[in-house]
Amino acid sequence: MPINYYIFLAISLFVIGIIGVLTRRNAIIIFMCIELMLNAVNLLLVAFSKMHHLANSATDKTAGSDGQLFVFFIMVVAAAEVSVGLAIIVMLYRNTHSVDVNFLNRLKH
Amino acid sequence: MNITEVLFWILSVVAVFSALMVVISKNPVYSVLWLIITFFSISGHYILLNAQFLAIVNIIVYAGAIMVLFLFVIMLMNLSRDTEPQKSKWLKLAGAVAGGSLLLVLVAALRNTEKNMAEVGTGDIGLIKNLGRVLFNDYVVPFEISSILFLSAMVGAVVIGKRESPLSPGGGTKVEKTTARIESYSTQPISDE
Repeated sequence: MPINYYIFLAISLFVIGIIGVLTRRNAIIIFMCIELMLNAVNLLLVAFSKMHHLANSATDKTAGSDGQLFVFFIMVVAAAEVSVGLAIIVMLYRNTHSVDVNFLNRLKH
Repeated sequence: MNITEVLFWILSVVAVFSALMVVISKNPVYSVLWLIITFFSISGHYILLNAQFLAIVNIIVYAGAIMVLFLFVIMLMNLSRDTEPQKSKWLKLAGAVAGGSLLLVLVAALRNTEKNMAEVGTGDIGLIKNLGRVLFNDYVVPFEISSILFLSAMVGAVVIGKRESPLSPGGGTKVEKTTARIESYSTQPISDE
């Protein structure tokens, strides 16, 4: 497949995630949109790693495996991020009985 | 049009449509379910690119663990369509226009790139054998650091999520602080700005 198709697919997924972050007020949905953006980047990294492998496999048999390991580490960091972020959202809900992010502007007082 | 192209288009349409439904759905539970479909289609893309290890890890970690965590939190909070906070119409329009502009700029910038090909269906760098060899030869230190990251994330999640007990260290002032905070919440009406 041409790499352009993967680029445009990843861009559209990423932009959908951005639109979700900008237009929703539910903290959990915003968080899910962040996961969506991370996955768009992961998909693009895998596509580029396969492109690199196709171009350089003659000289280096494992060319492109770095990109896939980056994806692996992104998944690790995303899992850690989700555990802490959901704990914060639960804390927010316990204090305000809502998951509306606009309540967080009370932090400035 | 061979089978991989057909699969690519089907998976792409499913991924984009379900991603849109994540944003559009009013009910957070439906959003989670649509997001799981998105992750499965992205895993399908990984299999198409012969990255089987990442496809399986994506399903196990994202669709299996993270999304279940989201579902648990949503069900714990008893959120439903009626309590769903909504932004005003103009803010939604502004967000959509801003995102659409970003899409336009990125597509316009990358429209005329070189026609490089990504390898589909062949190659063995995505197998566990090769990835494991690279991971434990070249990336041992990041791998160990990520275990420390997990430990700190676990401790952080427990500390944040723990309910504050009235008799926590810090003496009796903590109780007064807590009651003062509760009173301040009850006196201050939660206004929807």
